[in-house]
Amino acid sequence: MKEIVIISGKGGTGKTSVAAALATIASQTVMADCDVDAADLHLILKPETRKSEAFFSGVKAVIDPNKCSSCGLCQDICRFDAVCHQGSVYRIDPLDCEGCGYCHHICPVDAIDLQEQQVGYCYISDTKYDCQLVHAKLEAGADNSGKLVTKVKKDAKEIARKTGMNYILVDGSPGIGCPVISSLSGADFVLLVTEPTLSGLGDMQRVNQLVEQFKIPTGCLINKSDINPEVTEKIRAYIQGKDILQVDEIPYDEEFSQAITLSQSLVEFNPAKWQPRFTKIWQTIIKELQ
Amino acid sequence: MKIAIASGKGGTGKTTLAVNLALRASETRNVVLADLDVEEPNSSIFISGNKLIEQQLFRSVPNWEKEACTLCGKCAEVCQFHAVVKLGETIMVLPKLCHSCFACSELCPVNALLMRNTPLGWLRVFEQGKLFFLESKLDVGEEMSAPMIKQTIAYMNDKLPEPEYQFRDCPPGTSCPVIAATGDADLVLLVTEPTPFGLHDLELAVEAMRQLDKRMAVVINRWGIGNDKVLRFCETERLPVWAIFPNQRKIAELYSRGELIYPKVQEFREGLDSILDKLDLMKREAE
Amino acid sequence: MKIAFTSAGTNWDAQIDPRFGRADFIIFYDEEKDEISSFDNRNIIKVAHGAGPQTAQKLFEFKPQVLITGNGPGGNAAAILSQMDLRIFTGAGGMTVREAYEAYKNGKLPQSD
Repeated sequence: MKEIVIISGKGGTGKTSVAAALATIASQTVMADCDVDAADLHLILKPETRKSEAFFSGVKAVIDPNKCSSCGLCQDICRFDAVCHQGSVYRIDPLDCEGCGYCHHICPVDAIDLQEQQVGYCYISDTKYDCQLVHAKLEAGADNSGKLVTKVKKDAKEIARKTGMNYILVDGSPGIGCPVISSLSGADFVLLVTEPTLSGLGDMQRVNQLVEQFKIPTGCLINKSDINPEVTEKIRAYIQGKDILQVDEIPYDEEFSQAITLSQSLVEFNPAKWQPRFTKIWQTIIKELQ
Repeated sequence: MKIAIASGKGGTGKTTLAVNLALRASETRNVVLADLDVEEPNSSIFISGNKLIEQQLFRSVPNWEKEACTLCGKCAEVCQFHAVVKLGETIMVLPKLCHSCFACSELCPVNALLMRNTPLGWLRVFEQGKLFFLESKLDVGEEMSAPMIKQTIAYMNDKLPEPEYQFRDCPPGTSCPVIAATGDADLVLLVTEPTPFGLHDLELAVEAMRQLDKRMAVVINRWGIGNDKVLRFCETERLPVWAIFPNQRKIAELYSRGELIYPKVQEFREGLDSILDKLDLMKREAE
Repeated sequence: MKIAFTSAGTNWDAQIDPRFGRADFIIFYDEEKDEISSFDNRNIIKVAHGAGPQTAQKLFEFKPQVLITGNGPGGNAAAILSQMDLRIFTGAGGMTVREAYEAYKNGKLPQSD
């Protein structure tokens, strides 16, 4: 069972469109949407949820007003300004609380509890294609660690194992922080989807530094490749220098937006044009996994 | 007045708007622009001012004083983030996991963990005409954006002269870095696009901003590529739409070259001016 | 020599788990005594931050001289592992524990620096 992770560094390069197109043509595959902060893959895949599980992560400190002796020690030591005075007792603002537990340890009357937070949901769904989708929703303001991403990947792996699937295709998170690191952990192949803008090039280089740390074979797809030939050339030079496989270059195409607007993948929207292309991309990736 | 420019989804045009809006505004007034997308800051591509300051930012992380330590292990016990680990006779600190809460250091009975500065990233300040531009870049491998974002905001508020408008280019999404970036902003401008992705992520962003009780307005980018559901959503939710920018290949090309849009595309300039008018009105109402 | 493997199961036929920090099991093999044992690491899913270091701590208790894994530990875990006298070999992803051991013995696995 092999794991393919699609990331981009920068948002808006077409990562999710590519993931959806590959989902349409790939067989023996489970999809995992690990962009848990702003999950979008389901908008195209139109999943029917079979199972949902509440997801807990991190703790927040909560003061029991009945026990509070108003000594104010918690406010003195809190580095995150999360403690405020409310009437005769103290109160912790959950949005500011980092869950460090310092106040819990220091309260002389044991009035502060650390409570586990439900910060989202993890879903397992059937889709309109031949594949199942594992996805998640993270509540607004939640701490996006690698934990939910890991859970999504774990559930995807379990399904793949149970149903005899060969591949897990992961729509990864943008950026270079914990969720991306978690998305990359355990991957057999990374597909970098980038665009020839100075921002796209810069972000791809930064995220590639992370990929190199994990020593995972990597390929690159340049989207909107004709909007800036100069930068496309710079990207080609970069990926050649780094031994990254050139997977494809797709010129700017309005059909990317048109397809999404109809909640379709590119392959559904215009099979004659996109099916052969994405089939070739999929074969290229599979070949690297042999 | 502090304006945060945010969006649920990446790639909607936050940075394009922030940079063009700030520079247009700076033609006639004092403006500060901060790029708070510290994991992937990109605004500097479009700005060519003089670099005034380059400074390393730090955060506090505990350092183990071996001689003083009695190996009681209280530090490892107390740390909620597994940043302090007891390995036999050694106490090891993992700076990347540390949230700088000071608990281990201050609860240590023998003062064997002293807080020291560790590099977080770099802050650069540029000047271009009436614009001060701040860029904060997190070191690759550093996992947490929020401390850097908070320090950059503090720097802006404390060290720079108060401008007429302070614009913040925020990170995408709705999790803790965005909460830190929108923090004490007076207005959040949400940038979206008229596609199902744009609408879905706008809904998430609106939900997050409502929890923080933030005043909001919406800017719709790349109008023409999808449908009008996003506009209808704004109507239903009573979210004012302050500008609608058309989808034009020319705009994508200018952006890809690191060029400003408004000097070359009239509709874009008009849209920016209408946003500035509304900001002026909001400012007058507040006074 | 004592060898640790990141694994999806508890015996020689189990697949190598390519991850370190969030590996399901750690298998310990003592070459001299020809003894194999394992540690169930699956509770690590509950951990939000610092999974790598927590797993690394487990290795510290067993004190292996060699670690065989797939992708290699991430930054934080690597920091802890560097405190031990440990050689890390990667590239065993896709193999069974037995196959990974053979590959290591035959010098086929690259060593991490």
